[in-house]
Amino acid sequence: MSSNVPENSQGFWSRVFHLYYDGFRSMTVGKTLWLIIGIKLFIMFFILKLLFFPNFLNSKCDTEQEKAEYVRQQLTTNN
Amino acid sequence: MEELINVVDWSRAQFALTAIYHWLFVPLTLGLGIIVAVMETIYFKTKSEKWLATTKFWMTIFGVNFAIGVATGIILEFEFGTNWSNYSWFVGDIFGAPLAVEGILAFFMESTFIAVMFFGWKKVSPKFHLAATWLTAIGASLSALWILVANAWMQYPTGCEFNPATMRNEMTSFAAVALSPMAVSKFFHTVLSAWALGGVFVCGVCGWMMLKKRNYDHCQRSLKVGAWVGVIGIVLTMVTGDTSAVTVAKYQPMKLAAMEGLYKGNHEQAIVAFGILNPSKQAFDGQDPYLFDISIPYGLSFLATHDFKAFVPGIEDIINGVSYDNEGNVINTVSYAERMERGRRLQDMLSQYDAAMRSENRVMVDSLKNAINADFKNFGYAYLDKPEEAIPNVPLTFYTFHFMVTVGGYLLLFLLLALFFVYRPNILNKAKWAKWWHILAIITIPLTYLCSASGWIVAEVGRQPWTIQDLMPNKVAISDLNAGYVQATFWIFAVLFTALLIADIGIICKQISKKSQTDLDTVND
Repeated sequence: MSSNVPENSQGFWSRVFHLYYDGFRSMTVGKTLWLIIGIKLFIMFFILKLLFFPNFLNSKCDTEQEKAEYVRQQLTTNN
Repeated sequence: MEELINVVDWSRAQFALTAIYHWLFVPLTLGLGIIVAVMETIYFKTKSEKWLATTKFWMTIFGVNFAIGVATGIILEFEFGTNWSNYSWFVGDIFGAPLAVEGILAFFMESTFIAVMFFGWKKVSPKFHLAATWLTAIGASLSALWILVANAWMQYPTGCEFNPATMRNEMTSFAAVALSPMAVSKFFHTVLSAWALGGVFVCGVCGWMMLKKRNYDHCQRSLKVGAWVGVIGIVLTMVTGDTSAVTVAKYQPMKLAAMEGLYKGNHEQAIVAFGILNPSKQAFDGQDPYLFDISIPYGLSFLATHDFKAFVPGIEDIINGVSYDNEGNVINTVSYAERMERGRRLQDMLSQYDAAMRSENRVMVDSLKNAINADFKNFGYAYLDKPEEAIPNVPLTFYTFHFMVTVGGYLLLFLLLALFFVYRPNILNKAKWAKWWHILAIITIPLTYLCSASGWIVAEVGRQPWTIQDLMPNKVAISDLNAGYVQATFWIFAVLFTALLIADIGIICKQISKKSQTDLDTVND
């Protein structure tokens, strides 16, 4: 997994892989940042999105037609 | 009804909270991205190790801000689907298209090249690295473009046709949506103001380092780029601000009237340079709108139309249906009372359309569809209880607008002085008051953020009560939710975003402090 192989002898995808692999390995402040990003994305997608932010219309209606009718009903009876 | 108002207010507060917090990260990414790209270009041209060190210093700060801020805007999309479901359905494809383009094109461009920017110093050629840095900065601006196009459509819905069968606005012209005057002026005004903010940020950080007597030469190099980008940014922000004012006057005259606290318009209308609003003033009550004001003659007529003599309608004029044409001549348009009547007729037609569809009466369906679309621009007025409901919060719009303009003027002076000191460093070196200049530079950072947030408050509060201008007010755009539910998520967001902001500021300050204690004339890694 070492990046000591001369770069010009590597294939394109291998060079892309080593760009990321070596980059992540040599990070300093980046490690803290990735931890924050990971925690943030976990809270956003696995807690907030799943528990607090369901798609409202999907929870009320099954089909596109039903959604259109629901919104029509909301907009024609709401004054 | 009270419950509904609570849901509307809490949903609005939640959206405002997340949008403003999100916007704390975005302008620094946009502004600093350009500054870092210019610095690396100088390094590429000069091959100077000093410029490389300076580029890497600011690239680290850019990276911290980018990483903490990334994806915070996605929460706004969660809110659309949960809190604003009627709106989301109603606009679906139009709002979805720019956001999809943003996701596919700009986001991937940004995230691909940012890896090369940070990890590629020794892996790719200097030319490719420079290209990656520029593409990251451009990618960030392109991300902003599509978001701003979507926002501009809400302010000025165009390039679409309402389909009563699907209850959605369907795009008829992508170009009309993407290149609408509102979208173009909003994009340039917003992105260029971020350049100014980036320039001020560099000046402030350098002010702090010079106050601590650290890395003077690095600061001089940084200021040279930061001040130039800042000056160009603030000058162009003012130019595009003028274009924005003309656009707002044309498409959202009520917002312009609220920005100026103008209830009764006139020809040769003055602009309020400084004013204190009469807090008890209501439309049509005959009271003076100002307790105190200093006005510039002809100013608002010129700002709104580029004609010193043109008529600018006030809030009461607009409600009564008095406006002006493109040449600034007074014309009678439809009063808000009439628009409410027309809106209710459209609402009835929509009910009839539903019945016609169920009975499969194609002739009636087509006829109603045409009739609805012919007058659709009045649809949202059906939901107003009285014409005065269409007046935005005048004090908030007025004061934030004047704060933004005043601070904008100050920023021009500040950045011009910063640029002057870059080329006359001896003046600052010998002056006993130099430390006060550095302190001023530090204070100017939060002031610029407040100015930037004020711009958004003017844009968004000034268009109330509309979620989509003239088509859909907030109270029908929201979902049938419990207010307590929205309130709970509001506080969750408040805690989450505050934690992220503290982390952002904490890590940036730590990095600046740590790196400023090293020799920034040489590359340390």
